[in-house]
Parts: sequence; C-alpha cells; structure tokens
Amino acid sequence: MSPRFAATRLAMLVVTVLVSSLAIHGAMFLTPGDPATLLVGGSRNPDPAVLAQIHRAYHLDDPFLQGYWHWLGDCLRGDFGKSLVYRDSVADLIGDRAGTTLALVLYASVLVLAAGTVIGTVAALRGGRTETLATTVTAGAMAVPTFVMAVLLIWLFAVKLPWFPVYGSGEGFTGTLTHLTLPAAALAMTWIGYVAQVTRTAVRAEMRSEHVETARSRGVPERTVIRRHVLHNASGPVFAVSGVGIAGIIATAAVAEQAFGTGGLGALMIEAAAKQDMAVVQAVSLIFVVVFVLINTAVDLISTALDPRAAQKEAR
Amino acid sequence: MSTEPLLRIDALGIDLPLDGELRTVVHRVDLGIPEGAAVALVGESGSGKSLTARSVLGLLPPGARVHGEVLFAGESVPRMRPERLRAFRATDVAMVFQDPRAHINPARGIGDFLIEGLTTARGVPAAEASRKVTAILREVGIPDAERRMRQRPHELSGGLLQRVMIAAALAAEPRLLLADEPTTALDVTTQEEVMAIIGEARAARGLALLFITHDLELAAAVCDRVAVMYAGTTVEELPADRLRGRASHPYTRALLASRPSVSDIGAQLRSIPGRPLSGFEVPGGCAFGDRCPRARDLCRTDRPEPASVEDGTAACHFPHPLTLEETGRHA
Amino acid sequence: MTTAPLSGTTTGTGRTKAKRTRPRDRLTLGAGCVVGLFVLLAVLGPLLAPHDPNAVDPMNVYAGPSATHLLGTDDTGRDLLSRLIAGTRASLAAPAVVVAVSTVLGTLLALTAAWSGGWVDRLVSGALDIVFGFPGLILAVLVAAVFGAGLTAPIVALSIAYLPLITRVVRSAALRERNLPYVSALQLLGAPTARIWTRHLLPNLLPLVLVQATIGFGYALLDVAAISFLGLGSRPPDPEWGLMVSNGAPSILSGQPQQSLYAGLAILIVVVAFNLLGTGLSRRLLGDNA
Repeated sequence: MSPRFAATRLAMLVVTVLVSSLAIHGAMFLTPGDPATLLVGGSRNPDPAVLAQIHRAYHLDDPFLQGYWHWLGDCLRGDFGKSLVYRDSVADLIGDRAGTTLALVLYASVLVLAAGTVIGTVAALRGGRTETLATTVTAGAMAVPTFVMAVLLIWLFAVKLPWFPVYGSGEGFTGTLTHLTLPAAALAMTWIGYVAQVTRTAVRAEMRSEHVETARSRGVPERTVIRRHVLHNASGPVFAVSGVGIAGIIATAAVAEQAFGTGGLGALMIEAAAKQDMAVVQAVSLIFVVVFVLINTAVDLISTALDPRAAQKEAR
Repeated sequence: MSTEPLLRIDALGIDLPLDGELRTVVHRVDLGIPEGAAVALVGESGSGKSLTARSVLGLLPPGARVHGEVLFAGESVPRMRPERLRAFRATDVAMVFQDPRAHINPARGIGDFLIEGLTTARGVPAAEASRKVTAILREVGIPDAERRMRQRPHELSGGLLQRVMIAAALAAEPRLLLADEPTTALDVTTQEEVMAIIGEARAARGLALLFITHDLELAAAVCDRVAVMYAGTTVEELPADRLRGRASHPYTRALLASRPSVSDIGAQLRSIPGRPLSGFEVPGGCAFGDRCPRARDLCRTDRPEPASVEDGTAACHFPHPLTLEETGRHA
Repeated sequence: MTTAPLSGTTTGTGRTKAKRTRPRDRLTLGAGCVVGLFVLLAVLGPLLAPHDPNAVDPMNVYAGPSATHLLGTDDTGRDLLSRLIAGTRASLAAPAVVVAVSTVLGTLLALTAAWSGGWVDRLVSGALDIVFGFPGLILAVLVAAVFGAGLTAPIVALSIAYLPLITRVVRSAALRERNLPYVSALQLLGAPTARIWTRHLLPNLLPLVLVQATIGFGYALLDVAAISFLGLGSRPPDPEWGLMVSNGAPSILSGQPQQSLYAGLAILIVVVAFNLLGTGLSRRLLGDNA
C-alpha cells in the first residue's frame, strides 16, 4: 500500500467527520422556530430565561460557523452539554450506556465473523446439498429485516422456548451474555448471511483458480492447499465484507436495542429523538458516525495492505 | 520403439459433466514418450490437448470419467490411490502451465511458491529447499535469485514469472515435464528464451517432455515426434522431420497450409473451411469429415481407427499416399 | 442453487442450461405479479378492506382466524387483514417517494458528473463519498429529532442516503456511454447537449436506472418500516407495517405474536419480490447473468 493511498484515505476520514458533524450541528437550524427549543427537548412553552441561557451555552447567537466550532471543540473535550429532559449531563448519559452498546456490537461482530466464515467455508468445501442448504438459509437470513428478526427471535426463544430474557442488559458477564444473545443474534443475522455468501463465493472461486491447480499438480497435500492457498486467498474479500458488516451493525444497533429494550446508546438516541432532545441526539449520532467512518476507513486500509492485488489495482 | 516408453497413453477417452450430463470431450488419444524424448501434442483450442496433459497428472475436474489407459513407467495413473497420486505428482511428473500470472498464487511470495513443492509434498527442510531452488533459478537465467525469492508475483514480468514456474517444476527433479502452451501468454522475444531454457534443462537432465501447443512449426522445431489432435482425437502421430510436406492426414496438411511461413513467403495461405469442432460435438464417422477435401461416403459413416503409415500412425480412411519420389528424397 | 419453481410443472430434466433459465424467468414473472398485486392494494386498499382498519372492538381482542376476521384481531380488536391491506398504501408510498427523489436527483447528478468530467466529477464523487459515510438510519433519527416523528424524517433522510448508491452506478455507466464514439460524432455534427442527453444518453441509461430503482425500492421499504418500527416514522393509529410490527411486539410476550408476524411477513414478501424482480429485470434488460 502506498503512503499516498493511506494519506488520501485519512484525509477523506477527516473531511467526512467534519462534514458530518457540520450536518449534525446544522440540522437544528432547519427547524422553523428557535433551535433552542430543540435543545430543551422540544417542549412547547419553555421558560424564556432557560432559552436565553441555552443561547449562551450553545453560542446560538454567534455566526453559524463560530457556534459550530465551539460545539465541536466542546465535543472533542468530552463536553456534550446538558440534557434538560434527562436532567443530566449528556456525557454521563452516554457513559452509562456506552458499555452495553459496545458489548452488543462486539458480541454481534463475533457472531458474524465466526458463523459467517464457518458457514461459508463449509458450504464451499462440502458442496452438494450442504451448499444448497447453506445458500438457501443464508439468503433467507439476509432477506429478513433486523426488526422483524428481533420479534421473531423474541417469540421463538423467549416465549415459545423460554431460554433467553428479553429486557435489560443483565448483570455480570454471564448475565450480560444471556441478555445480549438475542439482540446480538438479531443484529448479526443479516450480516452472517452476507459474510457467509461472500465467503462461499470467494472460497469457491479460489478452489477453481489456476494457482490451486498448480499446487495440486505438485502433489501438495489437499489440506495444505486449502489452508495455504484457498483460505489464505479468500480471506481478503471476507475481511472486507466483515468490516462492512461490523460498520453496518453499529449503524443498526439502535434497532436491536429498541426492540429488546436493551437500554444502550442507540435506544438513548431514539428516545431522545422522540422527545426532540437535540443535545443528546447530536452527541450520540456524532459518536455513531465517527465510529462508523473510522471502522470503514480501517477496513479499507487494512484490506489494501493485506492484498497485493488491491495494491496493484490502486496503482493503476 | 521396442522398449516400453516412459509414458504411454492408450486409447484415452475423457467424459466431462457439462450442464449435468456426461459429454465425451476426448475420444481417443494414443501417444508414447520414451525416456528423455520430446513429443509435441498439437491442436486447435478445444481439441482436448490440455485435458490430455492433465490426465497424465490425474488432474481432471471433479466428475470426469476416464477410459483407456495412461501408463507412467508401466503404472496406471487413473488407477492410482489418492496418496500414491500425490507422491507421483510430487516426484515423477511436473507441469509448466500456460499463464504464470494466474498459475502462481498472487498472494504469496516467489520464494514460497518455489519451495512449496519440496517442503509440503516431500518434507525437505525449508533452508535446504531454498538453497536448491536458488541454484535452479540461476540455471534458468535469474541471476539475482535471492532478491527475486523475496518478491511477490506482481512485481515480476511475465517472462520472469514463467522462468520461476519452470524452476519450480525442475526443483521436483521429475522424469517427465508437461508444458501446456508455456509461451502463449508471453511476447515473442520472451517465447524464444523460455523455449531455450526448457531445451537446456532437458539436455542437462535427460528429461522427457510433453509439449502442448497449437503451433505446428514450433512443435516440429522443439520435439522429436509430433501428435496432431482434432476434436478430441489424435488424428496423426509422426516424426517431426516428416511433418513438412509429407504428413499423411488431410487435417495435418490443412493445418500446415493455413500457417504463414517465413521459408515460404508468397505462398497462398489456405484456411480450412468450416469451424473446428469440440470433442462433444463430433457426429458419427470421421470428426474431420465435414471439412475434409478428401472425404467420401465412408468417412461420414465409419470412424477411422489409427493405422500405421510408414513410421507413424494416421487415423484416416484415405491418407495422403507417400510418393516414391518423396520417400526417396526423405531417405 | 436453482431457484424454487413456482409451479409443479417442471419436468425431471430441468438441469440443462436452456431449461434452467425458464424457472428463473417464471420467478421474475411471479415476483412481478406479487409487486403488481401490492401496488393494486396500495391504490385500492381502503376499498378492499373487509372492515374499518381502525375500528376497535374491546369484546373481540386477540381473536383467532375466523370467517369474519380471516387473520384474527389485534390487542384492541381491530381486524388484522383490514389493517394489513389498508397499511399497504402507507408502507409503499414513502419508499416510492424516496426512490423517485433519489433516482431522479441521482441520475441528473450522475449525468452532470459524467458529462462535465474534471473537477465537477471529482466534487460530485467526493461529496457522495461523504454522504455514504453517514448511515441512513442515523440521519433519519437526526431529521426526526428536528422535525418530530412522521414520514418526513425517513423520506428526507433516505432520499439523501440513497443518493450515492444510484449515482455511483449510473455515473460509471454514463461515463462509458459518454466515451462512445457516437457521442463525439453527434457533438461534431453540432447536436445540442440537451438533445444528446434526452435523445441518446437518457434512453440508453433508462434500463439501468429502472433496475436500480426496483432493487432500491425493496431496501427503501425495509428502511422506512424500520424507522416506523422505532417510533420515528408513521404515527399511530396508522396501520403502516413497520408500526404494526412494533405495536404487536408487547403482545408477543403474552403469546400473541400474530400482528407482528403478519406485518413482518408482509414486509418480507414485498422486499423479496422487489429484489427478485430487480435482479430478473437486470438479467433481461442488462443481460448480466450474475
């Protein structure tokens, strides 16, 4: 990977974060009324004294860019302002819930990586009925939207078979694990299907590739061929799609949290949006967007560094 | 021809599953390669020559069915158990493929590719394997071998990469080298170098060669004997020096006439009427019957069997006669 | 591997290539019929519903399937079938707007970028890359926070979020088309740009745009439903499907999953139908055998 590609990609990251944060901050000025009313939580007749205080705290009377710059600087210092709806500092609200979301995203990511790659690889190597079955099931998993999968899982594994709890995020490691299993599964399902299909296609393509024929022609043992050539070469696209999947999980974590009542950051953001508590929505959406973009960039950089063919394409 | 050749292909037929049905892609191939000799298998694309070469290594696609016999030093390749086949591939026969860019794993290093056969298939320690392939790289004209070993395939030119492939094949110390159009993917100047390297390596090692090509002229220049394939059948097998002007089979003659030649500037080029058939499209009768100027009724009903014609064989009901004058000049 | 045949008329030898394409075409046709049926329901919906979709019946909650209530009733005794039928319009209208806006804007943007080249092209591509870095769902939450819950949020947010997808595809096709010799020939002959666009470029790109819009519709429907499910889209008592899934969710715990499952199934069927129709059209119109 050329330093130039890395620099371009990092510059794009910074620009994307800047533009996104500008949009997040600027959104509240689109409201027909006083943006300050959004910051007190959209209440219809707020106290004028409070509004004036908000105007000062959020630099609403300054020129737009200056106000934005203040806000961004505060955010970078970890000061996300105060929520008048929750009567708490936004940073504290986020701190209380970030752990749950992190655990949920990690859990779902592990499920995607483990199940997706294993199903895809086994399907491609076994072929025949196993492959047909895996393709059908994963296509089904991809078609079911996360929130429908959520209600389906609740019905099947919390009501019909009362194996998992539904509400809350649990105490301790095992408690967290049992509470987060269904939300993580609902979140992961689409991407398990996706990763499995990409893995299957990649492994199949490598199995039929000419360089694998060369290895076989030299008497290299089949297990070695699969490990050193098939899986090794297929790992590139699988890694790339897994990264996209993890970014996608972050973007949709809110849906699973809301469906299962797993009070994390996503649920906080949606609750706050419903109450028009703009300070919270801005802070949480900024965090989500930054993490989303960071992961996408990291995946791009790593997969380019790993794959000499990507480097070749990039050079052209 | 009295002793058993190193490789003997006897009435080889190959069926491949196409769209869920088994189709005969190779009808009948007969071929022999004595120890240390070079034989060319010539044919148009789709004639089944690459498949024939792969059958020598037992390297056919899944679901393929083989008839007839492929004997290496008297041992049947199609009947080898998987373990024996693996050992056979690792030690006795090595293959140089057409497109080195596709046939060398792009995601692994050159050194890794070169020593892999020795370390994984033969259990040679990596350091010893490295020493060995470094020496062979020098032999095939790659002087800065150590540096090349550390590079990746996309950093090398096509010609260099094909030398690497040849070096990898030689590292296995095989008795027979299969070369499947080893120069087709390269430019003209590199082609000659690659053929020269193969020639030198053969001379130094007493290596037998099965050379797959669509180029009759090149085949005659490089090999002792030439077998011509058409639509899955070897239609003629003859000494390379009898090819020019004195081939018996109408297809061989047509093929020669359709090729521009440096020695024959100004001569009329004649294309063969009709289009080449794939093995599975062949009707009853002679595969070449529809395009043959000499074809008669018999050719459309009966498939000709290979028969001796002078010091070769031809599968033709009406081979070109060898005139006295021609035989005389030849002798 | 092979797609399931829609009818039992496939013969035993359905394995050769020529015969394998037929069930595929039939599948596309089937998907098209399903799409047509739901579009019809969206237009005529309220007329076809057997009951008033919002009429509560406290004496008849969680009723099982019966002659009067084919799919039973929900937690307030509303007829589920009527609600599903009446909800078709709300469920399909918002994604239709999203697709229309993003397709028209995206196509124009793509043509402009491909036609102008140079810095305009780079600017458009760069801007779209940035938009692509902003997840549609989070954008929708942001818009909902500003304008309040309602269909405005998903429509505005998703129209923006879908813009990069359609623009990228159409731009690269437009670029190929623009570089064909006939375009230079027309320019040399003095044909006005507007005429080249409307008479040549647009008609040639139309099949691609149509395919993209069809596939995009399925995803848009899914995303709009997800936003409604989160309580930021359609408002109760609107029988929009995403909202129905979330309305029915509390009842699941008391063993009454019908409302959520039926609504979820309706979403699934429409999404899959649009997807199959889109890939089928792509095969027919664009000739790719992917």
